[in-house]
Amino acid sequence: MTDTSPAPPSPDEGWSRLHPLTPIARVGRLAPALVLLLVVSNVHSKAENGTAETDYLIAITLISAVYGYVHWMVTRWRLEGDTLRIETGLIRKDSRRLPLGRIQAVDIVRPFLARLLGVSELRIRLAGSGSTDGKLAYLSDAQAAELRLVLLAGHITTEAAVSSNTGLPMASVDTGRLLASVFLSLVTIIVIGTVAVLAVLDQFEPKTAAAVAGVLAVYLLSAAGVIWRRLSGQYAFIAVEAPEGVRIRRGLLQTISETVPYGRIQAVRQVEPLLWRPFGWCRLEVDVAGATSRNQRGEGTSVVRKAILPVGSQQDSWHLLARLLGAPDPERTAPPGRARLKAPLSFHFLSAGHDALHAVCVTGRINRATTWVPLEKTQSIRRVQGPLQRPLGLATVHVDVAGKRARAEFRDREIEEADRLVAELTVLSRSARQRDRTLPTAAGSDAAPSGWYPDPAGRHERRYWHEGRWTEHVANGGRRTSDASTPAP
Amino acid sequence: MRWAEAGTITIVLAALFGLALWAAAGPLAGLVSVAVTVALGVTSTWFLRRRFRAWRYQERHEDLIVARGVMVQRLSVVPYGRMQFVEVTAGPIERLFQLSTVKLHTAAAASDARIPGLEHAEAARLRDRLTELGESMAAGM
Repeated sequence: MTDTSPAPPSPDEGWSRLHPLTPIARVGRLAPALVLLLVVSNVHSKAENGTAETDYLIAITLISAVYGYVHWMVTRWRLEGDTLRIETGLIRKDSRRLPLGRIQAVDIVRPFLARLLGVSELRIRLAGSGSTDGKLAYLSDAQAAELRLVLLAGHITTEAAVSSNTGLPMASVDTGRLLASVFLSLVTIIVIGTVAVLAVLDQFEPKTAAAVAGVLAVYLLSAAGVIWRRLSGQYAFIAVEAPEGVRIRRGLLQTISETVPYGRIQAVRQVEPLLWRPFGWCRLEVDVAGATSRNQRGEGTSVVRKAILPVGSQQDSWHLLARLLGAPDPERTAPPGRARLKAPLSFHFLSAGHDALHAVCVTGRINRATTWVPLEKTQSIRRVQGPLQRPLGLATVHVDVAGKRARAEFRDREIEEADRLVAELTVLSRSARQRDRTLPTAAGSDAAPSGWYPDPAGRHERRYWHEGRWTEHVANGGRRTSDASTPAP
Repeated sequence: MRWAEAGTITIVLAALFGLALWAAAGPLAGLVSVAVTVALGVTSTWFLRRRFRAWRYQERHEDLIVARGVMVQRLSVVPYGRMQFVEVTAGPIERLFQLSTVKLHTAAAASDARIPGLEHAEAARLRDRLTELGESMAAGM
């Protein structure tokens, strides 16, 4: 702990500390709980002498402040070549190394008090895990932004990282529309309705009303919490285009910035709730694969659903969609009229279609949901025929993508059409998948690494590319053969 | 096979119910309960048999097809490249009959490719072949 720098570079060099205001910001996280305690203790103190509770509060605050200070003292971080190392802990030492190459996302989070103090928290997620792997709370705003760029530069080019600071704004939500959209949601309607009913009941039967209100209080409070979270979570929403994906910034008390990488989008869903339809509003959600690496086989694949536009016009939504999936607009057809017998309610909007790259379907009655699925992400294709569908000669075709909920459904199609769809979609998703892989025949072909690529001659499934030319080795269905007539490189 | 499984359970259950009711309410109730249980067993065996017969799979060049179901007919097409891992399980009764179940996992929770009641050798062959194909065709997300 000497301030004079020693002549030989010690191994302890290069360590940085968190922002000195960290302990205060940390205590700030306890603030809501403390205020609640204060209120409760004040209510109690009318009956008893309330000084004891206030003393407890001060004690709690002091203890957490001391804890925060000690935590700040023992926490340090530094960049070691291509890893970020974070060390923390007084009693139980915790030292983490986060390889920059595996960093999946770096989110900047600013809770309310932190924002007042001008500090932010950096959350680092690695590929192969769904949760936060590294946390630096708190850094100064400028430092956080700078470190974020440095961390992201580890796996995308530096140029891209620098330019990503400024991007084209793609969509934003103004406060008025957000308020209106939340007001017009089902939860709000239920809460208001319940309160109104209770108010009326109170006029006639005050006792019953009080009892019912007591029972419902918990639900009403939690519903109010949901409404509040929606409002504060999506406040000042803005989506910005960046080279690696769409960057989202949102939040009222706590600012969250996150990135949706283009390549990981499994499905895009546009939802139009009943109450929003008169205004032509919709919500756009994406299913993003979080944890995926080739080496890690297993059910560690987590797919997160994120709102990429909490509320917006059809135009905004279409604009975003065009950027995400390249304006997929396959022709949609409705199922045959007899499907009404099987699905009397949802039949109204039911339609589906596909082109060479995407499948799209519309489902739902109260909430009309349109789902787009890029065929290259197809995990499996299923045809299901239930006992109600069979006498009607109908069947449903599902195109599954990674995740629990994401899929496109060709619901209640003619049986022949369903069979044809299964065959067609299988072939199309196979070719979409292969197109996804880089073709060496594109620019900079000689630099392409040796390996198996789709046969440019089209006679076989794959052909081996070696040292700037095609070889006679070909493969079909995993079986290797040779075909001497090699195509020109 | 599968119905042997159901058959065993039926006989055990019939015996249990029969004895219990015989002791509790006399021989007539015991006999009736045995008859009812056996009838139920026979029907469920019939259902199981149909279900089992409807279960078929086909290995194609690039994908595996599994079809199953009598009431709800399902057909899944799973490309080998999308396979994450292959699981081979054998429950106690399956083991009794030298059988095992092969299950193909993809990143999608809904893909439903399970093939039960395979003989050990066939299950091992399928597992190895699927793994091999999956590796040679593995595609990223």
